[in-house]
Formats: sequence, C-alpha cells, structure tokens
Amino acid sequence: MNKRAISWFKFASPQNFYHLAGRMWPWFAGLAAVLASVGLWISFFVAPIDAQQGQGYRIIFVHVPASQMAMFIYLVMAGWSAFGLAFNTRLSGMMASALAPTGALFAFLSLLTGALWGKPMWGTWWVWDARLTSTLILLFLYMGFMALQASIDDPRRADKACGVLAVVGAVNVPIIYFSVQWWNTLHQGASVSLKGSSMATPMLLGMLIMVLAFWMYAIAMGLVRVRSIILERERHTEWVKHAVA
Amino acid sequence: MQWHSVSEFIHMGGYALYVWGSFGATALVVAAEIWQVNARRKAIFRSLSDELLSNPDAESRSP
Amino acid sequence: MTAAVRPLGMVHVMWAVLQRELSLGLRQKGEVLTPLMFFMVIASLFPLGVGADSALLLRMAPGVLWVSAMLAAMLSLQRMFATDYADGSLEQMVLSPTPLALLVLSKSIAHFLLSGLPLVLVAPLLGVQFGLDSRALGILMLSLLLGTPTLSLIGSIGAALTLGVRGAGVLLSLLILPLYIPVLIFGAGAVEADAAGLGFGGHFSLLAALLILSLFFSPFATAAALRISLE
Repeated sequence: MNKRAISWFKFASPQNFYHLAGRMWPWFAGLAAVLASVGLWISFFVAPIDAQQGQGYRIIFVHVPASQMAMFIYLVMAGWSAFGLAFNTRLSGMMASALAPTGALFAFLSLLTGALWGKPMWGTWWVWDARLTSTLILLFLYMGFMALQASIDDPRRADKACGVLAVVGAVNVPIIYFSVQWWNTLHQGASVSLKGSSMATPMLLGMLIMVLAFWMYAIAMGLVRVRSIILERERHTEWVKHAVA
Repeated sequence: MQWHSVSEFIHMGGYALYVWGSFGATALVVAAEIWQVNARRKAIFRSLSDELLSNPDAESRSP
Repeated sequence: MTAAVRPLGMVHVMWAVLQRELSLGLRQKGEVLTPLMFFMVIASLFPLGVGADSALLLRMAPGVLWVSAMLAAMLSLQRMFATDYADGSLEQMVLSPTPLALLVLSKSIAHFLLSGLPLVLVAPLLGVQFGLDSRALGILMLSLLLGTPTLSLIGSIGAALTLGVRGAGVLLSLLILPLYIPVLIFGAGAVEADAAGLGFGGHFSLLAALLILSLFFSPFATAAALRISLE
C-alpha cells in the first residue's frame, strides 16, 4: 500500500482532523472575506441599475447566494451522513452536525431577503413563489434534523438517526422542488426573480462571486464548529486534555 | 461611477429599506453565527479546564 | 431425533405480521377510532374559523380535507413500533431471518388499512359539509386512497427514527410533514384540477409514482432507522 493512500485515512480520526481543521479554517475565512469584498464592490458599484426593478434588484446579491448555499449545504450534509452510515466513521456525523446550523441560517436569510425583495415588487411581505416555498420546506428539513439531534442523548445514535433523516430528506428535495413548481404554475403565483430582464454580465459575475464567498464562509464556519464538536465528543481522551491545557 | 452622491447611494432609488435591510440582515446573521461558534468553543474550553482542575489525575481512555 | 422444520416462507411471515397487526389494532378499537374522530373535528374547525361562505368552503375543501387527513394519519404512526418496542417483540422482528424491510412493509400496510382506509371512507361525509359534488367526492376518495398508503410508508421512517425519544410525538410530525408535502400537493391538486376541467390523470399518475417510490425505498430506510434505534 503506498504512503499517499494511508495519509488521507489518517484524517478520518477526530484527533487528526481537529488539528487539520485548525490550520485550514483561517484560509477559508480569509478567502470568504476577500470574495465578499469583491462581490459587494461589484454589487454596488459595477452592476448597473435594472430596467424594471430599479435599484431594488440588488437584493439578489445576497438572496440568491443564500438560497443556493442553503440547498447545497443540505446536500453536502446528506453526503457526509451517507458516508458515515456506510463506513461507520464518527467524524462524518460530526461534520454533518457542524454544517446544519449554517445551512439553516442561510435558508432563513433567503426567506428574509426574499420577503424584503417581494414587498416592493409585489406589495406583500410573503409571496408563494416556487423557490421561496421550496426554501421554506428546506428550512423545515433543517429544523427537523437539528430537533432530532437535540432529542437523542447518545451522540452516536443521534448521528446515525440524523444521517438517515438527512439522506431521506435529500432524496425528497428534488421531489419536493418539482411538486412545488407544479403547484406554483397551476396557481400562477408571483415570482420573486429577475424575470423579464436579461441578466447583464456584471450582475451574473457579482452573484457568482457572492455565492463563492458564502461557500467559503460556510466551510470556515463548519470547520470551526466541528472542532468544538470534536472536543465535546472526545472529551475523555488524552489528546483532548493536552489540546485544552 | 453610477452614484452621484453619498446620499443617492444610501437612498438606493427608493429601495433603501429593502436593500439595506437585506444586506444588514445578512451582516447580522453572519456576525451572530461567528459569535455563536466562538461562544461554543469558549464554553467547551471552560468546561474541560474546570474538569481538569478538579480532577487532574483522572483516567482517560485512548482515542 | 429432531424433526426437520421447514422454514416459513417470507410471504407467510409477512402475512402473519399483517394479521397480527390487524388483530391487535382491531382489539384496541379506541386507537383506531380516535384519529378518525380527530379527522372529523379538524375538518369542521376550518369552516368555524373562516366563516360559512359556501364558495370559499368549496374552494378550500380539497386542501382542508387533505391536510386534516394527513394530520389524522400521522397521529397513529407512533403505534407502529412503540408497543412492540416496549414488550420486546420488535427486537425479535429485527433478529428474525426474514428481511426487516419486508416486516416493516407488512406493518405499513396494516397501518394504512387501520388508519388510512377509514379516512378514505369518511372523507365523503366531510366533503358534503364543504359542498363538494359527487364527482369531486369520488376523486377526493380516490386521491386519498392513492395517497394514504404513501403517508403510512413515509411515516414509518419517522416512527422508527423517533422510537423511544422524548417528545417523540411532536418531533415525528416535524420530521414527517415536509416529506408529506408532495403527496398533499398532488392529492388535493387532483380534485381542484378536475374541477377546473384539467382532468385528474396527471395528478393521479404522480400520486401513483410517489406510492411506488415509497414502496421500494421507505421499508429500507425504516429498517435502517429501526436498527439504529435499537442499538
């Protein structure tokens, strides 16, 4: 067996990953800060005014990244959970738990900014738009995950149970999304989006950079949070005592 | 530069409440999360060092 | 000299589990009737809440009846595993040579027969209160008939995950209701679509697809969840 294959599996141990995460998170935080600065610059100073929605459309520069990341983080959580269920690794469950709060906050932010976008455009604080409704359901899925985790005392059982829940949820996400789309078209609801205006390149670029910024931020938060989770779970081991002392 | 004055920038074409509300909410959520993550880390450190102080020679299991 | 014992076939075991569930359920008539009465009470709450405007009630009817049916079906989900868990027979099922997924399937079918089917039969009575005509009532019944088995199947996953957990009842609802939403959309939508002249075929096909999907996947998810809960 060559050395490279062994070195990756070394990081499946919480102790090794704790130190690796400790070295990695500042880089992701720094990247997030840089990308956010560039993205915000583009959002406010490069992207032009929109023909139909005036200056109000600029909300997309936080609304769209928040929705995309909320969805993406859930899939990553489900991926970690599936991995943990298949290979019975402790760290995978911890990683999934570390990501959940960030994903839930992004889903909440997506709903909040969606409401702030809908109010001036459609006159009401809530619009039963397909994407907003799917994000609301996604928030419920996150809340279910965190509630299940909180109510099971044994952390290993909690991780595995939440793992099954996350995988079942992830499989359902496309079904839910499709059914909400169907429901929305039947009822000809309003749509919180930039329909009708072609997306100028600076707008697309700004959105893309903000999505990347949110992504780096989510990874940084996940790494810092998993470090705390590792300490909590492994508190009775020798290495934790040395790490804390 | 598309903004001709600072007040025009803040006014945001009449959408000030909504645009600044959104970006402000994002900043608040990010700040709150960073604070929460730090608080959790401090809490576990405090709890662990309390345990160590009261039980310096306790047996620990290997990982 | 030990007599050779022919092992029971899987279908026999599944049938035995189904019979057991049904006889236990029918013995505890209260447990079967209470969700049904809940269904009737909830469906009646809506007109009390929004007023007796017949046009409004007619429009609301499919959605209200479907949501009430969903909530009532959910009430009895905990019974699926909790009593067996308490008396140890669940462990026997997990340890048996018959695949756990098949035993779970039997239990889910029994749950549908004891909780879903009564809802299907009572729904027309409530539909009349909302002013639905006979064609709409028929489609409502069919949509519930197609949809409630899926509710039992998906619900079994939640029941298995929350086994023995504190606050299990409400937690189960929180976990399961988001997963029920597609069934709700297509179930209630079928009645509305037909009333609008668009036909119910599309909705029914999708309900059938959801049923088939959950038939194939939920027993496995539930079995996995049961093993985790019993560790």
